[in-house]
Amino acid sequence: MGVGITVEHVNAFYGKTQALFDINLVFQANHATALIGPSGCGKSTFIRCLNRMHETIPDARVEGTVRIGDLSVYNGTSATQLRRRVGMVFQKANPFPTMSIYDNVASGLKLNGFRNRKQLDEVVERSLNSAALWDEVKDHLHKKSGASLSGGQQQRLCIARALAVQPEVLLMDEPCSALDPISTGKIEDLIFQLKEQYTIVIVTHNMQQAARVAEFTGFFLLGKMIEFDKTEKVFRKPSDKRTEDYVTGRFG
Amino acid sequence: MTTLAVLTVVLVLLPLGAIFAYLIYKGAGSINWAFLTQTPKPVGEPGGGMANAIVGSMVILGIASLLGVPLGIGAGIYLSEFGRNRYGDIVRFVSDVLNGVPSIVIGIVAYGLVVLRQGHFSALAGGVALAIMMVPTIARTTEQMLLLVPQAIREAAYGLGIPRWRTTLSITLRTATSGVITGVMLAFARVAGETAPLLFTAFGNQYWNWKSDQPTAALSLQIFTYAISPFDEWHRQAWAGALVLIILIVGAVAAVRFAVRHGTLAGA
Repeated sequence: MGVGITVEHVNAFYGKTQALFDINLVFQANHATALIGPSGCGKSTFIRCLNRMHETIPDARVEGTVRIGDLSVYNGTSATQLRRRVGMVFQKANPFPTMSIYDNVASGLKLNGFRNRKQLDEVVERSLNSAALWDEVKDHLHKKSGASLSGGQQQRLCIARALAVQPEVLLMDEPCSALDPISTGKIEDLIFQLKEQYTIVIVTHNMQQAARVAEFTGFFLLGKMIEFDKTEKVFRKPSDKRTEDYVTGRFG
Repeated sequence: MTTLAVLTVVLVLLPLGAIFAYLIYKGAGSINWAFLTQTPKPVGEPGGGMANAIVGSMVILGIASLLGVPLGIGAGIYLSEFGRNRYGDIVRFVSDVLNGVPSIVIGIVAYGLVVLRQGHFSALAGGVALAIMMVPTIARTTEQMLLLVPQAIREAAYGLGIPRWRTTLSITLRTATSGVITGVMLAFARVAGETAPLLFTAFGNQYWNWKSDQPTAALSLQIFTYAISPFDEWHRQAWAGALVLIILIVGAVAAVRFAVRHGTLAGA
């Protein structure tokens, strides 16, 4: 089951440059929340603060509190422990190129020391099913490499890989930005189904996409969160002038 | 443009082809069963072979690879994954300098490190000398190959909660395997023909030796000794030895490439 995420007073820095300013936000469990905003507004930085990917960049640091369920992200939890409970899907599909489809999906478990072959088989099948990819790849799980799939399939493979470690939260950083409309549609359908089991945070440039998949939407501008509300409200009746300008296409 | 490219390829391949052809012309006639299975005969007696030198070369190169490959790959991993700082720059600089040190000087170093301490020449000393020569080449190619692995691949692994050391070994290094192997083979082929560092480390031996702490024959040493001798029979054997050495190197490189290609495709 998904868990909620609470974000309090988060500031993020790249060296001396501040990228996020005092973000406060609550993500509801088992809902999808979209983060929108123009390029460079800090929404990717923000999503990477939720699973401590931000700090893998040299000189980058984060201040503030993030709680995922009962887990305090920046206090007493190791980054690896945390990331096993928070799956991430990246902008560009990044399957492990030298691994078969099966090994790609199983990698999160295998490389953390899980060896039970029979259970691995089950997890791989279940994860590929959840990612709506099973029927397309089931006949060459071991023969084909992850990199031999099409772009859309690769992204669904990455989703399956993230689901295989059974996270509670799924972070998606512009997962469809490199995909055609058909593949995008498939992944959006997927997000709809995955909401039942996971809490989903999705960064997107595509406002229609945010409107289609997310119950809640946050609008970021220049490192600040300008508005956060029900998606319908943000798009129909935004309370901030800057949000209105952005969603009506007057800038950005 | 294409013509020019083809022309340069021919120019590059020509010396290699010429060397190989001349070696076959000069040496193939002297390669026979006795050459591959017997030890050298005393001067004046016909026949005899380089079996002990062939095995000795393999032993010395085996020791060198055992020591040099893990060290070189380890250093390469450090430089690429952890050494993007001043200390890493120092290691890179030292490694490049080491790459340029004349091989005979490295032989002297191994002499001081191993031979003086052991009290006699040995295969181990020869292996150490060659290992020192392998390290910088392997380290720098490994570094370059690991840097070619996109950051996105590492992030994918971190995102799954895979620890950094595990990511480096099982994801990054594995993704770069074929390039790293190329570097290892380059270093191997380079030291396989080295003579100078073996002169006062392995020293050479006219007889069989199975102990790694005793003077050991090596093909390159045997070729050197035979080629500067005044005997026609020995000259012929030196040519044959050179041909065998090249075939062994080409064979080893081809075998590893084959194994890697089939290993990674089937690799679960």
